[in-house]
Amino acid sequence: MSELHVELVAADRKVWEGDAAKVSARSVDGDLGILPGHTPLLGVLVTGDIRIDTTGGQRQSVTIDSGFLSVDHDRVTVVAETVDTSSFSG
Amino acid sequence: MGAQIRVYRERIKSVGSIKKITRAMELVAASRVTKARQYVAESTPYALALTRAVSAVATFSDVDHPLTTERPDVKRAGVVIMTSDRGLAGAYSVSAIKESAELIAKLKSEGKEVVPYLVGRKAVSYYKFRKREYAADWTGFTDRPTFDAAREIGERVTGDFIAGSEEGGVDELHVVFTRFKSMVTQEPTVVRLLPLEVVEGTEAPAPDEVLPLYEFEPNASEVLDALLPKYVTSRLFNALLQSAASELAARQRAMKSATDNAEELIKTYTRLANQARQAEITQEISEIVGGASALADAK
Repeated sequence: MSELHVELVAADRKVWEGDAAKVSARSVDGDLGILPGHTPLLGVLVTGDIRIDTTGGQRQSVTIDSGFLSVDHDRVTVVAETVDTSSFSG
Repeated sequence: MGAQIRVYRERIKSVGSIKKITRAMELVAASRVTKARQYVAESTPYALALTRAVSAVATFSDVDHPLTTERPDVKRAGVVIMTSDRGLAGAYSVSAIKESAELIAKLKSEGKEVVPYLVGRKAVSYYKFRKREYAADWTGFTDRPTFDAAREIGERVTGDFIAGSEEGGVDELHVVFTRFKSMVTQEPTVVRLLPLEVVEGTEAPAPDEVLPLYEFEPNASEVLDALLPKYVTSRLFNALLQSAASELAARQRAMKSATDNAEELIKTYTRLANQARQAEITQEISEIVGGASALADAK
């Protein structure tokens, strides 16, 4: 598989779901980039931006407060309590 | 006699306007219960993702966490009681309080001291009226709970749980809420929230699902540290949302039967008013007949 299936989930709703080429987020240890084929990972995220490069070539960016991210078999789930979608399109 | 009819007419009018109010409340509750159920559904992906992650950590590491550790000697038990802010919802709040009273009695018989945490004005006024002590209360959101409310409750109870009974906290925590089973059945339910049992629960992932061998960042115990309080909050949020849906469904039902009763009352009073009117007419006729014959006799 050469793309990531991304789910962006807030506490009260599913914000976004789709395919992406790359996801980057800020974890407690520093910036984290996920590309297809990444090893299964469960990381704690801190307040910051999540950037998603969709397969359509767009770059989406949302701001989250604390949350976590899980990767397994090219499925990426970003979970945050609150997601600020003001800078989000689509 | 004329006064009698007027009394009935007035009663019909006042019951009619009460009926209008209860009918409006019924319709409002009906439309909001649909939304409330939708909120329950919308919060599921979050709960699901969280449960999956927590069970992943629990499966692949043997880290002990204070939130999952059973305490050998439980002295104080916390009980979160979820009721509504407003009345006119039938037995909704009462049955939740009753369920909690049973639980409290059981905990007390086990020799535990009970610390109540109250959600909703109905529970607060119940405790205040009886001059009973409670640890904390949250009100003003029960028919549309926000995640912030759940977080606030979660922070307080996990804080108290971690502090333990020696420092005025609790050793275990139960939640009493009303599970929304369907539009007609809502069930007061008791769940032990802390210490956590992760595998248990309706949101647990399917058993045939194989969890991959995760890498943890920064490490398993810190991931667990971050996840477990969120898990508690998410469970509380779900309980709040279900309670809200149950509250609205109960209100809809209560208002529906109030409207039906009002209709019944109007029918009864209309019959009585008709009867009174007829009696008046009959009396007038007999008075006229009586008067006429008296005149005829006098001649």
